[in-house]
Amino acid sequence: MAIPIAYNVRSVFARPASALATTVGIGFTVAILVGALALAAGFQQALIRTGRDDNALVVRKSADSEISSGLTRDAVNILRAYPGIASGPDGRPLVSAEVVVLTNKPRLGQPGSSNLTVRGIDPEALSFRERVRVVAGRMFTPGAAEIIVGRRIVHRFAGLGIGDRIRFGQRDFTVVGQFEAGGSGFESEVWGDNKVLMPVFRGDVFQSVTFRMKDPARFAQVQHELQSDPRLGVDVQRESDYYRAQSEMLATVIRVAGVFIVIIMAVGAVFGAMNTMYAAVGARSREVATLLALGFRPGAILVSFVIESVFLALLGGALGCLLALPVNGIVTSTTNFSSFSELAFAFRVTPGALLTGLAFAAVLGVVGGFLPALKAARQPLAAALRGG
Amino acid sequence: MGTVRIRDVRKAYRRDSQEIPVLDGLSLDIAEGDFVALMGPSGSGKTTLLNLIAGIDRPTSGAVEVAGTDITRLGAPQLSRWRARNIGLIFQLYNLIPVLTALQNVELPLLLVKMSGKERRRRATTALQLVGLGDRLGHYPRQLSGGQEQRVAIARAVVSDPTVLLADEPTGDLDRRSAEEILALLERLNREFKKTIVMVTHDPHAAQRAHRVLQLDKGVLSD
Amino acid sequence: MNLLSLVLVNLGRNLRRTILTLLSVAVALFLFSVLGGVIDTLQGAIQVGSEARLVTRNAISLVFPLPIAYREKLAALPGVRSVSVSNWFGGQDPKDPHDFYAQFGVDAATYFPIYAADLDIVEASPPQAQVALPAGMDPKLAAFMNEQTACVVGEKLLKRMGWRLGQTVTVKGTIYPGDWPFTIRAVYRAKNKSFGEDAMVFHWKYLDQRGTGGSGMAGIFILQLSDPGHAADVAREVDAMFENSSTATHTETERAFQAAFISMYGNIPFVLKIIGFAVVFAILLVAANTMMMSFRERTSEIGVLKTLGFDDRTVFTVVLAEAAVITLGGGLLGAGLAKLLIPGLNLQVLPPMRVEWTTVLRGVLVALLLGAVSGLLPAWQAARLRIVDALRRV
Repeated sequence: MAIPIAYNVRSVFARPASALATTVGIGFTVAILVGALALAAGFQQALIRTGRDDNALVVRKSADSEISSGLTRDAVNILRAYPGIASGPDGRPLVSAEVVVLTNKPRLGQPGSSNLTVRGIDPEALSFRERVRVVAGRMFTPGAAEIIVGRRIVHRFAGLGIGDRIRFGQRDFTVVGQFEAGGSGFESEVWGDNKVLMPVFRGDVFQSVTFRMKDPARFAQVQHELQSDPRLGVDVQRESDYYRAQSEMLATVIRVAGVFIVIIMAVGAVFGAMNTMYAAVGARSREVATLLALGFRPGAILVSFVIESVFLALLGGALGCLLALPVNGIVTSTTNFSSFSELAFAFRVTPGALLTGLAFAAVLGVVGGFLPALKAARQPLAAALRGG
Repeated sequence: MGTVRIRDVRKAYRRDSQEIPVLDGLSLDIAEGDFVALMGPSGSGKTTLLNLIAGIDRPTSGAVEVAGTDITRLGAPQLSRWRARNIGLIFQLYNLIPVLTALQNVELPLLLVKMSGKERRRRATTALQLVGLGDRLGHYPRQLSGGQEQRVAIARAVVSDPTVLLADEPTGDLDRRSAEEILALLERLNREFKKTIVMVTHDPHAAQRAHRVLQLDKGVLSD
Repeated sequence: MNLLSLVLVNLGRNLRRTILTLLSVAVALFLFSVLGGVIDTLQGAIQVGSEARLVTRNAISLVFPLPIAYREKLAALPGVRSVSVSNWFGGQDPKDPHDFYAQFGVDAATYFPIYAADLDIVEASPPQAQVALPAGMDPKLAAFMNEQTACVVGEKLLKRMGWRLGQTVTVKGTIYPGDWPFTIRAVYRAKNKSFGEDAMVFHWKYLDQRGTGGSGMAGIFILQLSDPGHAADVAREVDAMFENSSTATHTETERAFQAAFISMYGNIPFVLKIIGFAVVFAILLVAANTMMMSFRERTSEIGVLKTLGFDDRTVFTVVLAEAAVITLGGGLLGAGLAKLLIPGLNLQVLPPMRVEWTTVLRGVLVALLLGAVSGLLPAWQAARLRIVDALRRV
């Protein structure tokens, strides 16, 4: 027969100092776990949202990112003529051959410099990247030495405000606008007209070609047709898949580092929980002995104390989730190692992360409470009854 | 039903590598409805004997038969069950659970028996009324005096209607007046409700209230 | 018995609690020291790269190449003792593309002499024929020099990938497409702690021929200076020399070049600092709570000590000392473990990590501080305890 849970709940609150210490210890651990998950989720989301399922992205064969890819003008012309490309309302094909270059620019408010991604686009690019919207200033004029800056990085680099001039290669460009892109990785880039940017970067090659597919459901066929064309030598992916793959490495690193830290903290938290529970068991040995004397089985005592430990741990887990919540939406940035460029993104605390945090707390409660509970259940009755 | 029969019981404790015998070949008969006081100096084994009768401890050798059952033959789970149904325990330090109310404390033994919540509360209330604390159901132990706490403990001891009550120095921590109340209550339980009572005590006054007084010295019983 | 043995006896009274608390302090300080090591690495406190070497790259972006013809002009500069070339190959392991390691195509004849002080060749295949090697090159590199598709790998990389000397491994090119087989002809070990052992180095000429059809594109130039004191001057001269040509350059010390990679980590050091504080704070609570628990149990004992003549100050010291022993022991254990274990940890995206003695010292100081703070309240209460109260609270 079970010992009433009220007993355990009230016993926890009867020793507030102890409970508080354990709760805080577990709380911080859970907060960090949720934070790490939120960091990885935010990062992945920024990259996943960057691409669309109905756009196809073409890079040179076996290039692992746009940066390492190179498509010749000939190849680009062949691609532009591909019949599988959808047409816009004005009849022009929705395709953009793009130059993607990493430049190194000084950071704003922090020492050092970082890599800044500059993308030269065809003006059509905005028509099939619907999430991209100019939200301040204006779009650059085709043919002019003008650029627009993604919202996320306006304050991360020096000289990216509207009206500022920034130098690429031998030429100065004027910042004429800022754009949003649905929280995606594009918001960490600078965009300009590729006809103006290519000569500046001394390149005769494009890095990628992106287009809207006429029939997105037939992607496999598009992929096959383009990849088997001997004149081209390209790899084709859905734009969304490409960016998903880009995010994997860093997301994994964040998760691994987060897990590493969390495991270590968890070990510490478990030690703390064990201490608390041992103390509780020790202080209540007469109570436990009484329950045993009354006829409650040792198994019931064991379960009872484990439940108490789990309850305490869940309190900590709830605290941890509360602590982690404010982090949601905070924008931070780091370098995406797959593309070596700066990526700004927002923490994303998902319900899944919170649940994981709570479940983790519960596990800590079980692990930390088990041995003390065992001790309580096994204690020799006679001695304990007399308070000895 | 409420008889206690102890045959040639030995109990030795092991301390480091030495065996210290506490009870050595003790035999005892207690008839149903009897009220026995166990007296003796410290360390004479009174509490040990009580624990053996309660099934809280096992003898090194010998037989202990309580309420018709040889409890030395019971396995641990059966022993727990048996104890919940047949024994009521009263301790010197009351041993109430501090975070539970008086009513909840008295309900505890009933959790081990199949019973609805309503029935359980009814029985516990009755037991508390019996000991005169019907107006203190919702009080916590720290809100009660020593005497009141012991009365709650007695209510808990009788709520499952056991045949044997074992009391270990029930008045040891109480002042004269409270002690009197407790002893009167025990007498009543014995007289009216036919409970067999075995009471360990230091206090000769308390012992006087019993029908029989047994002296236990160095593990040996005498009248 | 002296005061220290009294402290130890008290701690031994509830050994399990003492050990658990000590272990949780150790865990916290282990994490604190590891994070400290990472922060130090990321903030470049661990100096990677030399101040006596310069790196020249394309001014617009690292991803753009420089004409190989620049080499002659660079070598001719006064103050430049030798010039080498290095191209980032950026390939993948065809079996596991996510298992990252660095590959460089270098001009071996100049590269290895420049880095002779930083690495040792520990294993090498015997050469097929006797060949005269350039001055300053380890003769063990003869086999590597003789073979176009040979490579030299770091010892850590060799072990990690399970390779053997003489084995041919395939790298899948991403920037230079195709499957590139390389035969391991030598293994190097880093002589100083900041030089990585996870790289594969092969011949630039081969990369140039096969990868770009002889178009002569260099990734970066590495300049060995005759006088490190002139680094800034030489750097300025180099950039001035190419300022108005088709490909402008940007030259900086190797250390600054590496630091630029590290500064890419952005906010992460800040986040790690916060975590470090959070960890310490949480453990502080645990430790303090344990001291209070233990104190509460021993109230009567302390009362008895006082009746025996121990004065308030001595009692204060004893309780505080108990706290110090636990936290100091835990701190030494945790920080010490961090120092020992971390160099074995290889996080691919970070430069070689280690925990400096300064970090260990910081950790131990934090532990002591922890001990002082968590022991103060119980110690003070113990000192204040009146004998009468203590003995009554049985």
